[in-house]
Amino acid sequence: MENLINRYRNVTILVAILFAQVLGLAIQVKRTNDDESTRLIRIWAVGAVTPLEKAIVWFESGTSNLWHGYIYLRGVRQENRDLKDQLEQLRLHQARLEEDAQQARRLQSLLGFKEQFVAQTMAAQVIGLSGSQQSRAFYIDKGSDDGIAKDMAVMTAEGVVGKVLRVYPSTSQVLMINDQSSGVGALLETSRLQGVLRGTPSGQVVLDKIMNDEPVQTGEKVLTSGGDQIFPKGLLVGTVSKVAQGKEFFLDVTIKPAADLSKLEEVLVITKEENRTPETAENTPVRAVDILEKRLPFVPDKPVVTVPGAASGTGAGTLKSNGAGNVSKTNVAKPEGVLQTEGVSARPMKAAPVNKPASSTPTAAPATPSSTPAQTDTAPAGEPPQ
Amino acid sequence: MPITYTSKEQIEVYRFSIPVTVLAPLLALFLQAFLPLRMPWFSLLDLPLLMVIFFAVARRNPVTGLLTGAAIGLLQDSLTQQPLGLYGIANTVVGYGASSLGVKLDVENAGSRFLVTIFFFALHEVVYFSVARGMVRLNLHWNLAHEIGSAVVNAFVAVLLFHLMDRFKQRT
Repeated sequence: MENLINRYRNVTILVAILFAQVLGLAIQVKRTNDDESTRLIRIWAVGAVTPLEKAIVWFESGTSNLWHGYIYLRGVRQENRDLKDQLEQLRLHQARLEEDAQQARRLQSLLGFKEQFVAQTMAAQVIGLSGSQQSRAFYIDKGSDDGIAKDMAVMTAEGVVGKVLRVYPSTSQVLMINDQSSGVGALLETSRLQGVLRGTPSGQVVLDKIMNDEPVQTGEKVLTSGGDQIFPKGLLVGTVSKVAQGKEFFLDVTIKPAADLSKLEEVLVITKEENRTPETAENTPVRAVDILEKRLPFVPDKPVVTVPGAASGTGAGTLKSNGAGNVSKTNVAKPEGVLQTEGVSARPMKAAPVNKPASSTPTAAPATPSSTPAQTDTAPAGEPPQ
Repeated sequence: MPITYTSKEQIEVYRFSIPVTVLAPLLALFLQAFLPLRMPWFSLLDLPLLMVIFFAVARRNPVTGLLTGAAIGLLQDSLTQQPLGLYGIANTVVGYGASSLGVKLDVENAGSRFLVTIFFFALHEVVYFSVARGMVRLNLHWNLAHEIGSAVVNAFVAVLLFHLMDRFKQRT
């Protein structure tokens, strides 16, 4: 028996090592979200390789900055003049775009849209790749010590690059959008069709889940849709480079990424996003009456005035003194202007809550638009008086 | 020079200093991860695999060969986002095979090194693709022309690299 074991010792060890690895692999595949069991060996490997990568990239960029910033300055003066001209043109262009943007924000605000805004980004340098043709991931020189967290979006000035997959103290691993395990919610800019952006085994980027009968044109821009909760809506991903009939009911839409994924040097990590309704600049013209109202002394307190017709349910609610001389109206949603209710004229509302439920005992059902210019919005029409 | 050993010939078994044993694979991993950033064509090469073949053949000990392969493979896996074991299993098989072959064949000359590298590169790819598809369900893209080209490029580099690495060999 001992001879047998000695004779097949090498094969036995080979089988044991292979079995252990297969078992470990099976456990990792089963636990798809389990990073902890392999974290230690990954930290060792990353810790062994990335310091040298960081040092070389740091030295390289330092040398490049020294050369281009202090020594090789040929043509800088001319370039400066050209850039100034370009800046003037862009200012004019920006003014036009600002008008459009303001209008869009006003409309969004009216519709109550919540948008994800990129509130904070962090620049990071790409220091290395994963070293495998089957794995499309790279490492950046910022980690948890710098505030990087898992699932943060990564982009360049050109477009989306990927997301943070693993975070180490001083480095992070970023999964590129052309890896086959990647998925990004995306939409086509013109047709507004939504799909899922995926990588292929050969490293291409395709847009999935677009139905066969949808019109998709080559050259159309692809933006993030925000549906994946990782990438804010509206970031450029790339352009449609090829459209073909696919299997079953979906099109094969190939995307050319806007960012050059094979030549990444610096990236931006979106470290903070904000969900907020777009702010609009107050562009409405100021009326003389508003200015006068601010300058005039306050009118003394008045008792509560019941609007005629309120009891019948068709009136505009209750007008009430707010104690500062102004007359306010509960359940009134019209925010600006002078309030006029069936011949009763009131000063502009200041202290009255707008769009707020009637906490001050409304005595009438809200008015309908046909009955009064001041429209209510909190209680449904026809609600009995409380 | 005969390509196989007879029972009368002495098989040369080499060993390496600890710094070379540790640093050479780490350097290969570093270059594999860093150089494709600047030279995308470099991703055709698989330097960690070449290190496994070199150490396995030079030591001519199957157990050492497979352990070296497993260690380098797992480290290579650690830099990817995929589960650990894909490169580990493939390199373990290559390490064992290369060291077993080294006992029987003369793999000290350039021609045999070239052929041995092509053979083990192919074996590595077959094992890797099988495990990746069979166990991890990765949908990998198999391009025969690309694989043959990679094998030839790796074999050429292996001849040069092994010649360089011969300087660190120590006779037992």
